[in-house]
Amino acid sequence: MLAYIVRRVLYAIPILVGVNLITFLLFFIVNTPDDMARMQLGTKRVTPDAIEKWKTDHGYDQPLLWNAKEKSLTKTIFFEKSVRLFVFDFGAAEDGRDIANEIATRMWPSLALAIPVFLVGLAVNITFAMLMAFFRASYLDFWGVVLCVAMMSISALFYIIGGQYVASKVWHLVPISGYDAGLGAVKFLVLPALIGVVAGIGSGGRWYRTLFLEEMSRDYVRTARAKGLAESAVLFRHVLKNAMIPILTGAVVVIPLLFMGSLLSESFFGIPGLGSYTIDAIQAQDFAVVRSMVFIGSLLYIAGLLLTDLSYTLVDPRIKLE
Amino acid sequence: MRTVLRIFLISLLFLAGCEGAWNDPYGETGRRGMTLYSSFTERPKHLDPVQSYTEDEARFTQQIYEPLLQYHYLKRPYELIPLTTLEVPKAREIEGGKTTVYDIRIRPGVMYQPHPAFVSGNHSLERSRVEKLKSPYDLPLGTRELVADDYIYQIKRLAHPHLLSPIGGHMSNYIVGLADFSKKIRSFDKGDWLDLRQIPLEGVERIDSHSFRIKVRGSYPQFVYWLAMPFFAPVPWEAEKFFAQPGMAEKNFTLDWWPVGTGAYMLTENNPNSRMVLERNPNYRGEPYPSEGEAGDGESGLLADAGKTMPFIDRVVFSREKEAIPYWNKFLQGYYDSSGIGSDQFDQAVRMSIEGDVGVTPEMEERGIRLSTSVATSIGYVAFNWDDPVVGGPSERTRKLRQALSIAFDVEEQINIFGNGRGIAAQGPVAPGIFGYREGREGINPVVYDWIDGKPQRKSIEAARRLLAEAGYPNGRDARTGQPLVLYLDTVTRGPGDKAAFDWYRRQFEKLAIQLEIRATDWNRFQEKIRKGATQLFRLGWNADYPDPENFLFLLYGPQGRAKSQGENASNYVNAEYDALFERMKNMSNSPERQKIIDRMVEIARRDAPWIWGTHPKEYSLRHAWLSNDKPNNMARNNIKYLKVDGKKRAELRAQWNKPVLWPIGLIVLALALSAFPAVLSYRKRERMAARPAA
Repeated sequence: MLAYIVRRVLYAIPILVGVNLITFLLFFIVNTPDDMARMQLGTKRVTPDAIEKWKTDHGYDQPLLWNAKEKSLTKTIFFEKSVRLFVFDFGAAEDGRDIANEIATRMWPSLALAIPVFLVGLAVNITFAMLMAFFRASYLDFWGVVLCVAMMSISALFYIIGGQYVASKVWHLVPISGYDAGLGAVKFLVLPALIGVVAGIGSGGRWYRTLFLEEMSRDYVRTARAKGLAESAVLFRHVLKNAMIPILTGAVVVIPLLFMGSLLSESFFGIPGLGSYTIDAIQAQDFAVVRSMVFIGSLLYIAGLLLTDLSYTLVDPRIKLE
Repeated sequence: MRTVLRIFLISLLFLAGCEGAWNDPYGETGRRGMTLYSSFTERPKHLDPVQSYTEDEARFTQQIYEPLLQYHYLKRPYELIPLTTLEVPKAREIEGGKTTVYDIRIRPGVMYQPHPAFVSGNHSLERSRVEKLKSPYDLPLGTRELVADDYIYQIKRLAHPHLLSPIGGHMSNYIVGLADFSKKIRSFDKGDWLDLRQIPLEGVERIDSHSFRIKVRGSYPQFVYWLAMPFFAPVPWEAEKFFAQPGMAEKNFTLDWWPVGTGAYMLTENNPNSRMVLERNPNYRGEPYPSEGEAGDGESGLLADAGKTMPFIDRVVFSREKEAIPYWNKFLQGYYDSSGIGSDQFDQAVRMSIEGDVGVTPEMEERGIRLSTSVATSIGYVAFNWDDPVVGGPSERTRKLRQALSIAFDVEEQINIFGNGRGIAAQGPVAPGIFGYREGREGINPVVYDWIDGKPQRKSIEAARRLLAEAGYPNGRDARTGQPLVLYLDTVTRGPGDKAAFDWYRRQFEKLAIQLEIRATDWNRFQEKIRKGATQLFRLGWNADYPDPENFLFLLYGPQGRAKSQGENASNYVNAEYDALFERMKNMSNSPERQKIIDRMVEIARRDAPWIWGTHPKEYSLRHAWLSNDKPNNMARNNIKYLKVDGKKRAELRAQWNKPVLWPIGLIVLALALSAFPAVLSYRKRERMAARPAA
C-alpha cells in the first residue's frame, strides 16, 4: 500500500504543475500585470511610473512564461510565483496581507459551517433515502421522490434568501448574517447549516435511494429475506453496509474540500471563511491569492481521491491497493 | 431528520439562554457606553494614509488619522477649518512667484493614541514573542505628543519607493525637491526600515517642534485642500520602526493594517473579513461641536450639541456585509444605525409625491426612520473621444453631431428609470455645491435646454434632427455616402442586468435614426481602450477630490489628455481658449473674476459638447430615530465624532421589533410528527405481512 501511496503522491506533482499553469494562463489571458497594478493603485492620478514601480515591487516586471532576453525559463513571473507554492510559501496578497496567515484564520469559520452541513447532511440524506427505499413502490416513496425532485429544482440562492427571510426576518430566531469566534459562532451557524442540509436533501436523497435500490435487487438481499429477516434488519445490517463503497466515493472525496468553504453561503451569511476569500480575490484580481487557493484546492482534491481509494480497502476486504 | 431537529432545538435552547433578541448579531447587551453600528462592503486595501485613497478606506482612516485641516461639518459651501493646526495656512509667494510657501503651526498638546510603538522596549522584540501576539495591543502601550516632524516624515513617505503613494507623482510636480528626494532615497534603501528622518527634503523645512514650512513650486492654490486629506496626516517614525521588526508582517502587523493616529478613535479590532472596531482614543484632546451651520441646521436639531465636547460615541462596530438583502434587513431590525438605499429597496423606503417631494414610506415612518438627501460632488457622463474622426474634433460637422446627440439623450428620463429619480441633470462639468456652479436660468446649458415656465426644458427632438442634418447626417445617414450612421459606445458591463440600460441607450440614438453599437467589456479592457484612445463614445464618471472648480474643469484641460499624457482628460478634449482660461482660473482664489472665467469655460465646453453632460447623483440615506447629528457631507469622512446615539431608545426598539416568534417551531415539529404517522402505519403493515407479494 505504501508504494501505491508514494506513486499517487508522485503523480500529484505534474498534476499540480499543470493546474498551476492553467490557472496562470487563464488569469493572465484576462488580466495583465498593468491591470493588476491599476486595480491596487486605483485609477485616479496614477502615473505610468507608479505602475512600473508597483510591478517591480511585486515581482510582475518579468516576462510571463519565457524570458527571451535572458533566455531563461526561471526568470519569469510563472516560475518565480509558482515554485514557492510547492514548499507552501504562499507569500503575501497584493494588498500586503500574509496569505498563510489569512488561510489559517479563515479555515476555521469555513470548517465550522462545512463540517456540520457535511455530517448532518450525510446522516439526513442516508436516512431519508433508506426510508424511501424501505417504502419503495409505495405512495410514500413516490411522494418522497417528488419532494426530492422539487427540492433539487430550487436554486440554492432561494433556500438562502428564503431561509433568511423566514427564520430571521419574520420569526426573529437567528441573526441574518454575521460571525463571531468560539461558542458565539453557534447562533450564526444554525441557519446556514440548516439551509445547507435542507438544500442538499433533494439530490442526496435521490442519489442514495438509487444506490440502496440497486443493492436491494441483489441475491444476498433475497437470501436474507428468505431467511426470514425483518426488512429493517435487511436494510440496516446488509444493504447499508454494502452500499458503503459508492457512499464513500462521494463522501470521502469531499472531506478535504470542506476546508475550501462555500462561496455562496459564506457570502450571504457574512461568514469570513475561505470561500469568500477566494471570491474577494477573484474580484480584486489578486493573483497571489487566486493562485494559492487553486493550488490548495487541487491538492485537497488529490488528497480526497487518495483517501477515497484507501477507504475502499477498509470497507471492502476484496480490494487491495497495489 | 431527527438529528437535524435535535441540533436545531439545542441551538434554540442555546439562543434562548442568550440575553436580548435572538437575532441580535452583536451579543453586546449590557455593554456600557455609546456604540455606533455600521457596515462595510469591500474590505479596505490600505489603511496607511500614504496609500489609502478610496472612500471605503477613508471611513476608517479619517476617524484615526488627523490631517492638518478638515472641512466644516455643517457649513455649505464646504469650508476648510483647522484640525491640528492653529489656523488654515496662507499661501505666501516668494522668489517672484516661482515658489509658494505655506507656514504651518501645529496645535500643542495633541497626543497620539496609546500604542506599543511609543514604548522603546517594544522596538527590539524577539521573533518568538511577536509570533505569540494576537494583537499589537497585547504589548505595553505608550504615547507622545504630536510634533511637526511627524508631518514632515509623512510627506517624505509620499516618495517612498515601496509605499507607492497614489499621489506621489502628482505631489512631485509641486512640492519642491520631492522628485529628487524620491531618487535619492533609493540609494539608502536596503529593504528594511528606511529612517526618512536622516534624509533631508528641500521643500519641507522644520521651523521648530510645532511649526514647519512647505514650499510649493509656482502657484497651486488647491494645495491647501490636499492638506485636509489623510495623505497629509502625521505618521510617527516609531510606528514604522516598530512594524518593521522581524515576524510582524507574517502576522499582518503592519502600519498598513494597524493605524497609529491622533484622531478621536483608534482601531482596536482589525478583521477586515468580518469586523472592524474603533474605540474612543483615551488621549484625544476633545473638540467642540460646531456652533454654526447653514440655514435650517438649527431647526433640524443639528446645532443642539453646539459647543459640547466631541466625540460622543465611544465605540464603532463595522460589520462586513457583502450582500444587499441581509444588510437591508438588519437595518430594518435596528442592527445598523443608518443605511443607504439600494435600487431594490427604493420603493419600500421612499415615496415621491406628485409635486416631486421625497419622503419615507409609512412603513419607515412608523419605525421613526428619517431620510437625508444630498447631491454628490460628482458627475457621470458620456464622453466623445475628441480624437475620433466621426464624433471628435473642433469641426462644425462633429460639433453639431455632438450637440444633436446631447439633446436626444434624455438624461432626465435616464435618472427616473434607472436611478429612481436620484440625481439631477448636469448642465456642465461643475457639480452643485462647488464654486462656479450656477443655479436657475443662468445655469442652464442653452445648447440642450430652453428656460420655459421657470424651469429648464430639454429642446425638442426636432431641434436635434435639424442639428444632425446640418452636421451632414439628414435622417441619420451620411449625406456624402448615403450610408447610415453607426456609432460605438464603450462601457463596462456588470452582467445581464445591464441589458435594459443598453437598450435604453440604443433608443436614445434611434430617435435620430442613428444606430448605436454597444461594446460592453470588463473594467480593465475598458480602461485600456480609453488609455489608447481606441474609443468613440464611452461612459465615465468623476468624484471630486476637493471642492474647487479646478477639480472638475481639469477633466477637459488639453494637456491632461489621457491618450497623450495619461492624464484625467479621458475624452482628450482640446480647446486653446479653454486651456488658456484654465491656466488663469486654476491659480485664482474664489472671486467674481474667477466666476466670470469659469462661466466662459463652461460656455465653451457646452458649445463644443465633448461630453453628454450626464448626472450629478443624489445620495439618499436613512437613519434611525436614535441617531442624531447626522448630516451628509461629501467632502469630510471624519463624521463619526459628530454623531450621537440614544442607546436606551435603540435597545427598546430593537427588543420591540425583534421578539422571537416561536409557534412556527411547534408547528414544524407537529408537521414532521404527523408526516411520520403514515410511514409508521405502512411499516407495521409490511412487518405483519406473511409473505411478499409476487413481483
